[in-house]
Amino acid sequence: MTTAVDTTKPAREAPYEGPLLDVRDLHVEFVTRDGVARAVNGVNYSVRAGETLAVLGESGSGKSVTAQAIMGILDMPPARIPRGEIRFRGQDMLRMGREERRRIRGRKIAMIFQDALSSLNPVLSVGFQLGEMFRAHHGTSRKEAKDKAIELMERVRIPAAKQRVNDYPHQFSGGMRQRIMIAMALALEPDLIIADEPTTALDVTVQAQVMDLLAELQAEYHMGLILITHDLGVVADVADKIAVMYAGRIVETAPVYELYARPAHPYTRGLLDSIPRLDQKGQELYAIKGLPPNLLRIPKGCAFNPRCPRAQDVCRVEVPELFPVTEDDGTALAGRGSACFFWKETLHDR
Amino acid sequence: MAEPILEVKDLVKHYPLTQGILFKKQVGAVKAVDGISFDLMKGETLGIVGESGCGKSTLAKVLMNLERATSGQVLFKGEDISKLTGQALKAVRRNIQMVFQDPYTSLNPRMTVGDIIGEPFEIHPEVAPKGDRRKAVQDLLDVVGLNPEYINRYPHQFSGGQRQRIGIARGLALKPEIIICDEPVSALDVSVQAQVINLLDQLQGEFGLSYMFIAHDLSIVRHISDRVGVMYLGKMVEIGSDEEIYDNATHPYTQALLSAVPVPDPTARETRDRIILTGDIPSPANPPSGCRFRTRCWKAEERCSTEVPLLAVPELLKGPAAHQSACHFAEVRETAAV
Ligand SMILES: Nc1ncnc2c1ncn2[C@@H]1O[C@H](COP(=O)(O)OP(=O)(O)OP(=O)(O)O)[C@@H](O)[C@H]1O
Ligand SMILES: Nc1ncnc2c1ncn2[C@@H]1O[C@H](COP(=O)(O)OP(=O)(O)OP(=O)(O)O)[C@@H](O)[C@H]1O
Ligand code: SF4
Ligand SMILES: [Mg+2]
Ligand SMILES: [Mg+2]
Repeated sequence: MTTAVDTTKPAREAPYEGPLLDVRDLHVEFVTRDGVARAVNGVNYSVRAGETLAVLGESGSGKSVTAQAIMGILDMPPARIPRGEIRFRGQDMLRMGREERRRIRGRKIAMIFQDALSSLNPVLSVGFQLGEMFRAHHGTSRKEAKDKAIELMERVRIPAAKQRVNDYPHQFSGGMRQRIMIAMALALEPDLIIADEPTTALDVTVQAQVMDLLAELQAEYHMGLILITHDLGVVADVADKIAVMYAGRIVETAPVYELYARPAHPYTRGLLDSIPRLDQKGQELYAIKGLPPNLLRIPKGCAFNPRCPRAQDVCRVEVPELFPVTEDDGTALAGRGSACFFWKETLHDR
Repeated sequence: MAEPILEVKDLVKHYPLTQGILFKKQVGAVKAVDGISFDLMKGETLGIVGESGCGKSTLAKVLMNLERATSGQVLFKGEDISKLTGQALKAVRRNIQMVFQDPYTSLNPRMTVGDIIGEPFEIHPEVAPKGDRRKAVQDLLDVVGLNPEYINRYPHQFSGGQRQRIGIARGLALKPEIIICDEPVSALDVSVQAQVINLLDQLQGEFGLSYMFIAHDLSIVRHISDRVGVMYLGKMVEIGSDEEIYDNATHPYTQALLSAVPVPDPTARETRDRIILTGDIPSPANPPSGCRFRTRCWKAEERCSTEVPLLAVPELLKGPAAHQSACHFAEVRETAAV
């Protein structure tokens, strides 16, 4: 529901110099019957205009909960945010008035979900749902909203958009529905898009179409993009920089080329090593031993220690902070950090 | 040359589409599997890849005799098993087992792990007489790397990777010769997938198993398979050895599929030469005439809409390019390798 209705499209704000979004020391907990599940335990990441940040991590590591906290769509309770800041253009959204926060989350930050079918309304036509974005936020007339919807559908390459604008979500294929979700996210020309596993449910040839489209539109509108995924291939293809999550924390951050060439955290190292390589055919694959942790009982010290080939006594007692990663001679490596006491050894271990 | 343990000949599975409530009238059919032939050799792993809905699981179910073939033959050691019933069917079934995709729903939540793994013994008591069953189940748990003391636990007490191991233990119970794995690791975390792949590999060596391995992760399929078959819309479009398919694919669909797979190496971004297919996969109820891929194929010509290309070794191709491919214009793609 909107009260103030502006009919003109707001002028795009001047490019913001600092990070568009800057998440600092974010904590999210869920109160459950069995105890408090600490799903996010100190996440730090940031993204600038035009930049793609990939958030990589296995199931349950807290990727989606972090995104939901940013979008303000967590159910509280059972969730609560005991600590942290979510700064958008320098201002902490957790400490803003409701109205101001709502303006940012609806318009400046948009989200694309994994499962398009369940995030589109099945009983409303696709064109109506797209047009609704303009009617609700800009007070656009019905007729004009429909034209806008067609334009957007063409933008995301839905064939015969004019004829299909009144079709319902189930009448489109999975790849087309995901493209319609992208259209929906783009409608208000946001500064930042958060895409949570946007192609996981799609086939590889369709995934390639969708990722290509997303990258093209991002460049055109100079948007920031946070891409949540567990696919090391997709990350290598599109990310500028990466944040690796494990048990609710960022354990490593690095620019994409450096992360793949020289990981500085044993978990990242293990993930990269377990990709089947051609010269390993017929041999055993490298496998990280053990299982991802139970969030109700996160191991003491470094959460990765029971699975880590490098763990020493200190890892079982102290929680490693996100140390800056440098060259041997102390030269800083921009954007690099590792939450491992032995980042130096890991970095040099070839 | 190893001998075939399973010969599949022109296998067809159509699901009828009906209309009307009282008098059901067949108005068409979903051609889920539509004339597929291949051999599975003793001790080999045959990988099967292809996009969602192309008929991989249907093929597996028909081979397992969980679904009746519409037509065609499945020869197990020379004997046609596709039309067997009763006792005869039960006896062959023992030899072909399946591991399913979803470790969360394929195990009965109300049965203990011991009962789940031991259930096949109820149907085939000759494999493990009553008194030996507990021991047999514990041995199986040990083989798949689970603690034999877990025998009385329930599925929800295990992680996804552990549940998949339970599914594998159950598949091994009757000492089959063939195991069909339908997406056995896709529901698992990246860090756990490698553990299960290694286990399957080790068991194959230990028990001389033949695998049919269905998956959509092409790098895992390459790692584990001796040969790979590529399916599109109910048809096998290309089949060959690992190098023949991955380095010398001659079918445009295989080429597009391989080129679309994201490579986990950012330095490959510049050198990649992707084929972005346009259009969507047609419905298997109404597949295109001629070559089924023609509606998305950049090479398609008049002939492709009138003449069905057969899965055969193209005459003009030599060396590793000379393997079975169902395209009128089969040819190795000349690009930088990715
Ligand atoms: N409403 C809730 N109540 C209790 N726990 C929750 C709730 N929502 C999420 N969690 C827990 O928070 C943890 C993090 O979940 P999240 O969805 O962020 O994982 P993820 O990294 O996105 O994983 P995936 O790759 O599977 O999507 C999980 O262990 C999950 O069970
Ligand atoms: N019992 C059934 N009745 C009617 N149609 C069916 C039935 N089972 C499968 N189909 C259809 O047959 C086609 C092939 O399905 P199948 O499950 O074999 O595909 P798949 O290759 O295993 O796909 P996925 O990769 O998504 O598992 C699909 O179009 C599917 O909708
Ligand atoms: S801190 Fe210790 S346990 Fe954690 S990743 Fe580093 S070496 Fe391993
Ligand atoms: Mg998630
Ligand atoms: Mg399937």
